[in-house]
Amino acid sequence: MNTRRFFGFLQKEFRHIFRDRRTMLILFGMPIVQILLFGFAITNEIKNVNIAILDHAHDAVSRDITNRILSSQYFHLYQNLNSEKEIEGAFKSGKVKLVIVFEHDLAKNIYTKNQANIQLLGDATDPNTANTLIGYSRAIILSYQQELNKGVTPAAVIQTEIRMWFNEELKGVYLFVPGVLTIIMMLVSAMMTSISLAREKETGTLEALMVSPLKSWQVILGKVIPYLILSFTITLLVLALSRFVFFVPIRGNIFLLLGEVLLFIITALSFGILISSIAPNQMAAMLISMMGLMLPTIILSGYIFPIDNMPLPLQVLSNIIPARWFISMLRDIMLKGAGWSVVWKDTCVLAFMALVFLTLASRRFKMKLK
Amino acid sequence: MRTILVIIRKEFLQIFRNRAMLPQIIMMPLIQLLILSNAATFEIRHLNMHVIDNDQSQASRQLIGKFKASNYFELNDFSYDEKNAKEDIMQGRDRCVLMIPKGFEHDLMKEQHAKILLNINAIDGAAASVIGTYSTSIIQNFNKQIDAQWINQQQFEPQKILNIPYSLWYNPYMNYKTFMVPGLIVMLLTMVGLFMSAQNIVREKEIGTIEQINVTPIKKAHFIIGKQVPFLIIGLVQFTIGLVVARWVFSIHILGNIPLLYGFATIYLIALLGAGLFISTLVDTQQQAMFLAWFFLVIFILMSGLFTPIEAMPHWAQNITKFNPIAYFVAVMRMVVLKGSTWKDILPHIAAIGGGGIVMCALATMRYRKRAG
Repeated sequence: MNTRRFFGFLQKEFRHIFRDRRTMLILFGMPIVQILLFGFAITNEIKNVNIAILDHAHDAVSRDITNRILSSQYFHLYQNLNSEKEIEGAFKSGKVKLVIVFEHDLAKNIYTKNQANIQLLGDATDPNTANTLIGYSRAIILSYQQELNKGVTPAAVIQTEIRMWFNEELKGVYLFVPGVLTIIMMLVSAMMTSISLAREKETGTLEALMVSPLKSWQVILGKVIPYLILSFTITLLVLALSRFVFFVPIRGNIFLLLGEVLLFIITALSFGILISSIAPNQMAAMLISMMGLMLPTIILSGYIFPIDNMPLPLQVLSNIIPARWFISMLRDIMLKGAGWSVVWKDTCVLAFMALVFLTLASRRFKMKLK
Repeated sequence: MRTILVIIRKEFLQIFRNRAMLPQIIMMPLIQLLILSNAATFEIRHLNMHVIDNDQSQASRQLIGKFKASNYFELNDFSYDEKNAKEDIMQGRDRCVLMIPKGFEHDLMKEQHAKILLNINAIDGAAASVIGTYSTSIIQNFNKQIDAQWINQQQFEPQKILNIPYSLWYNPYMNYKTFMVPGLIVMLLTMVGLFMSAQNIVREKEIGTIEQINVTPIKKAHFIIGKQVPFLIIGLVQFTIGLVVARWVFSIHILGNIPLLYGFATIYLIALLGAGLFISTLVDTQQQAMFLAWFFLVIFILMSGLFTPIEAMPHWAQNITKFNPIAYFVAVMRMVVLKGSTWKDILPHIAAIGGGGIVMCALATMRYRKRAG
């Protein structure tokens, strides 16, 4: 009898969720758009950056170097400057990231004095880009210098062989797929659950459910099962997309992977329940999940920013973020092909977190009812 | 005019009646700014490196010393066993493994040609390529030094040298926080503003109070303006807090004109709140509003140039960013705060955001219907 009631309730919940077409569209559209963005648009790779050249020399050497710099794919000549005074304006307009200054008599100096100067000015408001641009242009100029010295043989050559592990083509997608998955699960499992429970509270229907013959854990279970199924489906979708469109490999055991996904969904759901037990209304539930959950997840989980670059206190703090463990597990299993022996620790941490959230949430709910 | 004032008063009452609201509006962004600015860094320093030195010669030790002396690597593990190193990379303890084969010094001195091997964990492709560049330049420097030390003792023909001094403008110490903080202020401002405004009208719909407003003689435009002003004021307060934190916590000197910054922030907020209210008129529930706002926000933030440079995007994506308000504000903040750009420099940005603002507010006003259903 009781199970039939429960299934009835479950059915109601499913209808509630799936009838909202717009939300469905977003839930399925968002991961697809994000994966596509990361796959195609968002990279740290620098290409075709606008630069300016201030050529005091106007001779063969400066022209040669200019040609070489511009024929590389990194730079695009935005303007030729005529005097030092124009440099500042070029930077301030935001159009130009690098200015190359050739000194007077460049060719004469290099051939008679064996020394000449080429100055590089970088807009270091973005330190990474400035660093990279200066590195690229130095390399081009140095290779030109090497050709000038062709007659002079170098004494010894060290050859460095670099091997890129797990991601030979250095594709950005590899890094981001686990992150996108995690964010989606957080969004669907934690945030949607918390808001949907808070909504019942706000509209007063939660009391109605509580006085129904359903046990309170059944109410909670009925609330979360649809979201669980939803998250799992979206996960499969994202995995398929990354596998077949971007060729991100799944090197480890697929069942281990799916098992961990399930575990993380449960952790996120219990966190969502906990939030809804604290928040008085939807707005509060949203703000708490947004500020307390989504942002830390995005920032401190290693999704975009590598954890080992962070200052120590933040590295320590990142340990309490469930997503951090999950993302590292996903990367281990998918990209490194690691097995249970590598991920068991992370698994235990996640399971423990889920337990803590659930215990806290159920306590708070009981208190509320009294 | 009076009706607008009344609505503004009502909105303020409603916002501040909720005790939890004020700390959330003020404290959350503050804490986020402090944490984010420290966390959001692609700066690559102190990466764990594993060294396998099978040569144990003077040359190999010198080379390792070079790596040690650079700021980029932290030489933690030493071994003679490739298997250990592989294990360390697998478990994520080390980012890269430097392998110097046996006979390195011998080959270098006698045959003028030696080889070393560098293994990098490339899951983070961008970082891996930077690690590759750093190591190559360290090895090149070492190479030059050896040339000078051992070979140039015999007189060679002098080499032609191009000196390439460089200077880094606006941020000479390459401080990543200086770069990130102005952009992060924009992000936090945008998040709070968009979410609060997107939820606003639909909340009245859900609770049912919208009907009561619909039967009053308030004009549509007045209603929208009255809804915008409180959030605009909150936004500007947040903006001020952000600038104060930037100045006194992160010691970022604001080079540009401060009224210009506030002027742009106001135009931006009006456009943003217009968009938020427009979303609010489109949807039926707060949950939907939130998802819609979140959906656009994530895309806009990721494509704003805040975290990854816009120049690095393919052309079609760069064209999309022309419709991304966050991209404009992030660019303006960086230009005005860090470089001291003037209103002439940011005129195109002002025009774009101003135009977008007018469209958004018009859409919100038109979509808001004073009818049921």
